[in-house]
Amino acid sequence: MSKLALDHEILMTIEKPARYIGGEVNAVYKNKEDVDVRFVMCFPDVYEIGMSHLGIQILYDMFNRFEDVWCERVYSPWLDLDKIMREKNIPLFALESQDPIRDFDFLGITIQYEMCYTNILQVLDLAQIPLLAKDRTKEHPIVIGGGPCTYNPEPIADFFDIFYIGEGETVYRELMDVYKEWKASGEDRVEFLKRASRISGLYVPMFYEEIYKEDGTIDHREKLYDKAPDRITKEIVTDVSDTYYPMKPVVPFIKVTQDRVVLEIQRGCIRGCRFCQAGQLYRPVRERDVEVLKDYAIQMLHNTGHEEISLSSLSSSDYSKLDELLSFLMKECEERHTNISLPSLRIDAFSLDVMSKVQDVKKSSLTFAPEAGSQRLRNVINKGLTEEVILNGAHLAFEGGWTKVKLYFMLGLPTETVEDIHAIGDISNKIAAEFFETVPKEKRKNGTVQIVTSTSFFIPKPFTPFQWARMCTKEEFLDKAYECRRGITSQLNQKRIRYNWHEADVSVMEGVFARGDRRVGKVILDAYKKGCVYDAWGEYFHMDVWEECFRENGVSIDFYTTRERQDDEIFPWDFLDCGVTKEFLLREWHNAQAENVTPNCKQKCNACGAAKFGCGICFEPRS
Amino acid sequence: MKVRIQFSKHGVVKYIGHLDVMRYFQKALRRADIPVKYTGGFSPHQVISFAQPLGVGVESESEYFDMELEREDDLQAMKERLNASMTDGIVVKAIVELPDNAKNAMASIAAASYEVRFREGMEPAFDLSAEIEALLKQSTIPYVKQTKKNEIEVDLKQGIYTLSAEKDKKDHWIIYMTVDASSGGNIKPSTVLEVLYKRAGDKLPPFALAITRMEIFAKDDSGHLMPLIQAN
Ligand code: SF4
Ligand code: SF4
Repeated sequence: MSKLALDHEILMTIEKPARYIGGEVNAVYKNKEDVDVRFVMCFPDVYEIGMSHLGIQILYDMFNRFEDVWCERVYSPWLDLDKIMREKNIPLFALESQDPIRDFDFLGITIQYEMCYTNILQVLDLAQIPLLAKDRTKEHPIVIGGGPCTYNPEPIADFFDIFYIGEGETVYRELMDVYKEWKASGEDRVEFLKRASRISGLYVPMFYEEIYKEDGTIDHREKLYDKAPDRITKEIVTDVSDTYYPMKPVVPFIKVTQDRVVLEIQRGCIRGCRFCQAGQLYRPVRERDVEVLKDYAIQMLHNTGHEEISLSSLSSSDYSKLDELLSFLMKECEERHTNISLPSLRIDAFSLDVMSKVQDVKKSSLTFAPEAGSQRLRNVINKGLTEEVILNGAHLAFEGGWTKVKLYFMLGLPTETVEDIHAIGDISNKIAAEFFETVPKEKRKNGTVQIVTSTSFFIPKPFTPFQWARMCTKEEFLDKAYECRRGITSQLNQKRIRYNWHEADVSVMEGVFARGDRRVGKVILDAYKKGCVYDAWGEYFHMDVWEECFRENGVSIDFYTTRERQDDEIFPWDFLDCGVTKEFLLREWHNAQAENVTPNCKQKCNACGAAKFGCGICFEPRS
Repeated sequence: MKVRIQFSKHGVVKYIGHLDVMRYFQKALRRADIPVKYTGGFSPHQVISFAQPLGVGVESESEYFDMELEREDDLQAMKERLNASMTDGIVVKAIVELPDNAKNAMASIAAASYEVRFREGMEPAFDLSAEIEALLKQSTIPYVKQTKKNEIEVDLKQGIYTLSAEKDKKDHWIIYMTVDASSGGNIKPSTVLEVLYKRAGDKLPPFALAITRMEIFAKDDSGHLMPLIQAN
């Protein structure tokens, strides 16, 4: 660990050299002669973001428990180093060994958001690995992608040898064994990919072709290797209390976004909000045993020395033993002088009590995510949060001394009208009014109420009931944001409400990538070649360059975003099976239009299809 | 109970800045179950104070921080636990008890000693020993300091306590110096080298130096320099 890939002069010139030196506490070092497979795990964004991701820590830990594998890490070099590496022809290296990545057996890339696609190309390019899978030879690592974006991998299909669909804990061991066998056999690269494609959950894109109709939609898919599966079902951990968990996560030297112990309490979500991809992809809900979690928490706090712990899950209030877990953590953390960073909880007497014990009421804020302003539209999106619940929660909190409220909404949801948009202002105003009614002037010791209302733009995602929905244009989005602002400024308490809205350009691009097909791949490649990278970082996103690349490739943005889709359209991701069936999603799409609410998995099973995994909430008794 | 901790920092961790080294030790103290005292409130902080920040890229034989403990603990056992939780390159060398009324580490610093070498291929073309000898004979050692807004001329003479150079077996220069490190008069080793190069009619190239801080000193009552580990 004394070797560095970058010389002193470079390290002294760039920002935050500690991003590139490895050697962090709990980083794993092995003797490369003692292992058969060298794997490098990549999060294609800057170190501080990538190091905050739990999934990578889980897989890093898992791989390194395999005696024959050494797993290392790599992140996107920041732009300052990117430039130097290109000038000096320095190949991208792994943090631990500082060895060039192009010499590894595997490069695993976790793909958490669409706007990192150009960063994937940056990593491949700096690593001096051919960008297109078809150009790689036996000398190059196998490039394998995982994470939520692989549920529509088609826009980036050309850049990957394999996609791992689903949770990483299950079939990597098998893949390693197949790899070792293949390596010993001396056969060519395609032979390895063929073998890999027969492992469940693994998708080898080069064995398939998309055939389009005249109108541009998909006619069918053709297989180029007959033994490759027709459909690929996601991998899932059936018992989340008995699987890999990183008891010794790597502790970065520099401050990263998640500078804390992260305790994943459950996977999946019982609620089927119709815009939400995570809510469908990770079904069914599987809770982790509370005793296991307590033990993990103590061990991880001890092994990292972090001064904070947080809970991670999609909807923490739904965890059945939350009470018990939080009481335990509060007691432990007090003894250890450790903070608890609370996830956003449903606001009620219990959560307010917990919040008042672990946070400074004066500084902390309440968070509500109604996502839509009117009850009508909340029914459309199946968000079971009513105005009454919000106002009651706010009332309780104001009594408890809170003054800051954050509200999150989406604009551009299916069936949205101007009234729905104005309702965002109404409800923000009602919360402010609730404060003035609840807290008399003389009792406003923590100051007056401050409401921050934020809107993001709705982007239809694969495997959601809204995968059929039309997405708005940039102009429509901006009109809606102005309308929303107008709705807020016309309110009596408008001075107490601050309004923020998202960039529209990036949302449009994200919309294209989310529901794109293989034809989008060329555009991404060209945009990267024209200098696009770090698109997720607003200041580096260049809409003009992207638009130019779409034009030059004759690919229409609107085809992917604003086009109306028929119920029977074949989507690029239809060949993947996340458990939830297309019939269920379509039923939900129709329910949305009829403004029908669907009960959550705890109330009633709606036969979404995820029960086929044989685990979780689907098999628990309902009260 | 108040204690002072001495640690060294070598190798790749030299690229970790001062604030991150502080964060590193805050976490290390927790990993090693050191009974450090905390402030109250919603985000409790450890009662620790670091001595002189070390520049990024500089190694050190002797860095310090002081901390208050909640209860008595065995010094040797604490040192062992801490070293078991260190990453490569950082070693806790000593832990000593401080009197309750000890000044904090930062406030008592007077000087620091350094060993300076040249990176490969960056050795000077002139005779360093001769330049040093001549420099030390000057009655003043003027140096123009660049601040954010303007330039000020300072005299380094009083702040250079010792300065010498020799060649090692491989014919590479090693420069030894002890210079002022107080908050008012801190002298960087590179400043001394810049002055020497200028004297020789040359210019110190960037990134030429490999610097190791050897010790940090306080002044005792009679004005003598004492390593911080002994000064309490
Ligand atoms: S509560 Fe709704 S939005 Fe949140 S994760 Fe679950 S389904 Fe998604
Ligand atoms: S099968 Fe039923 S219980 Fe299971 S995830 Fe689907 S709707 Fe929920």
